[in-house]
Amino acid sequence: MNNIQKRLVKPSAATRQDRRGRIISFVCVTFIMVLTVAIIGFIAIRGLSTFTENHISVWDFLTKSDWNPGQVGTNGKPEVGALAMIVASFAVTLLAALFATPFAVAVAVYMTELAPKKGARMLQPVIELLVGIPSVVYGFVGLVVIVPAIRTVFGGTGFGVLAGAIVLFVMILPTITSLTIDSLKQVPDYYRNASLALGATRWQTIYKVILRAALPGIMTAVVFGMARAFGEALAVQMVIGNAAIVPTNLVSPTSTLTSQLTSQMGDTIMGTLPNNALWSLALVLLLMSVIFNVLVKIIGKRGELTK
Amino acid sequence: MRFSKLLPVGLAAVGILLLSGCGTKNKQNAVTAVGSTAMQPLVQKAGSDFQNQHKQYTITVQGGGSGTGLSQAETGAVNIGNSDIFAEQKDGIHANKLQDHKVAVVGIAPVANEENGVKNLTEQQLAAIFTGKIKNWKEVGGKDLPIIVINRSQGSGTRKTFEANVLKGKQPVKSQEQDSNGTVKKIVQNTPGTISYLSLPYLNKQIKTLSVDGVEPTPANITTNKWKIWSYEHMYTAKKPSKATREFVNYLLSKPVQSKLVKEAGYVSVHDMKVHMTSDNRVLPGNQ
Repeated sequence: MNNIQKRLVKPSAATRQDRRGRIISFVCVTFIMVLTVAIIGFIAIRGLSTFTENHISVWDFLTKSDWNPGQVGTNGKPEVGALAMIVASFAVTLLAALFATPFAVAVAVYMTELAPKKGARMLQPVIELLVGIPSVVYGFVGLVVIVPAIRTVFGGTGFGVLAGAIVLFVMILPTITSLTIDSLKQVPDYYRNASLALGATRWQTIYKVILRAALPGIMTAVVFGMARAFGEALAVQMVIGNAAIVPTNLVSPTSTLTSQLTSQMGDTIMGTLPNNALWSLALVLLLMSVIFNVLVKIIGKRGELTK
Repeated sequence: MRFSKLLPVGLAAVGILLLSGCGTKNKQNAVTAVGSTAMQPLVQKAGSDFQNQHKQYTITVQGGGSGTGLSQAETGAVNIGNSDIFAEQKDGIHANKLQDHKVAVVGIAPVANEENGVKNLTEQQLAAIFTGKIKNWKEVGGKDLPIIVINRSQGSGTRKTFEANVLKGKQPVKSQEQDSNGTVKKIVQNTPGTISYLSLPYLNKQIKTLSVDGVEPTPANITTNKWKIWSYEHMYTAKKPSKATREFVNYLLSKPVQSKLVKEAGYVSVHDMKVHMTSDNRVLPGNQ
């Protein structure tokens, strides 16, 4: 009797398992949170020391385009102006998204609406393959194929925003496509049926109903693609030209935040101004990725309301 | 459930990796050399030869740039910091904490695309091109073609040497920058109008080397300072390096390595130099 009572009061094996699982996942979640906070804190401290320790004005950093943190400029101060990099990063990102979105939407519509079975069989492996190619390969192809092609067509050296955007276009295409496919699949079938029952053609249904209903999802997909483009370093570095000059046209060599970081990190010493200035660039990148995340959240919320 | 079983295993694996990482650092027979990518092929080859002769030692060679090499050597994170430039010339490095070993001399030569039609430049012309005063190849006797300057990244050791010897403090023109010899070579080879500079080990027949004031960048010209654009390849160690580190550095400085491996790799042996350079870029007669 006493024994049974004890067994009934004590937590069962299943309960203990449950608790253990909860503790493990709690520890993991805490670890990830601490890690994220630590990374953000570290980048912020390093990035801000350009302004606090080296007394560079934030305004100069954001609006000037003379990048020469290792040397003293004509006014007796080191030149730390990141405008060229910020402009170029935005230019390649926006242009790449502009190129990629129509293709991604077309492919997604084909795969979900026009020829779901055949399309998926044919295009799914292609998209997966594009994701699997390492970025250095994209960069190399860009360097030996795209850059000379742009040079022959548009003149100049071929290095610049256009070459970067074309390379990024291929790289973000799979991201935007697969997320667009997901959002098109989420459009309930009764939308399609109702539209067809009203006598709409297939095109009208796709254009006026399905794409409209999936719009927030598609926009999220584009923002995700842009976030990827903004953060991509290696491939862009190989085709952008890496000159800290504000781009005046699509084929003048310039430099993105990431390309500046990867090409110079190895040659600067921790704690010196050239190194701190690079951390400031990293901080700008981090802030941008936060903005992209917030954007995705906002678009997601808008989407919920319309449904 | 499966996840919760896998997790401790995963954590344990990470722990072991971390511990083993710490373990190798304490080993007396391991030497890690980090830094200059220009030196990497030479040090790598010497390292594997050295390991074959001395089985008890392990040599690990990594790139990362001269700055990384110097700062890692200063903090003691690595045994040897490879650098193209004097530690005194790098801001933020306390050179007095480090011991300098000059293991080779490397020449740097201006290179240009085949189609520019120029084989020789004067020192003034070269400086004027890299400061942006001369903008077309026809101004220096070549074709009517705009000059495209390809520079190396700011902080690159090769760039520092080139600018110290050619520009002598003048402000370089804003231009494209590439962070590796290989990429520079590829671009100059393929793009009409381009000019850049490479360290001698990277030169070959595919790319056109320019002579300056009629002097060609040959090893013989470098030893007498007739060819002025050169620098040492330094290995920086702690003031009191470990036995393994000392032996490896001595191996690199030994006669067989200097007369064979160093020359085959495209460098000039420090034993052959008839002049020497001080850390403030003065060239004095005599091999110190």
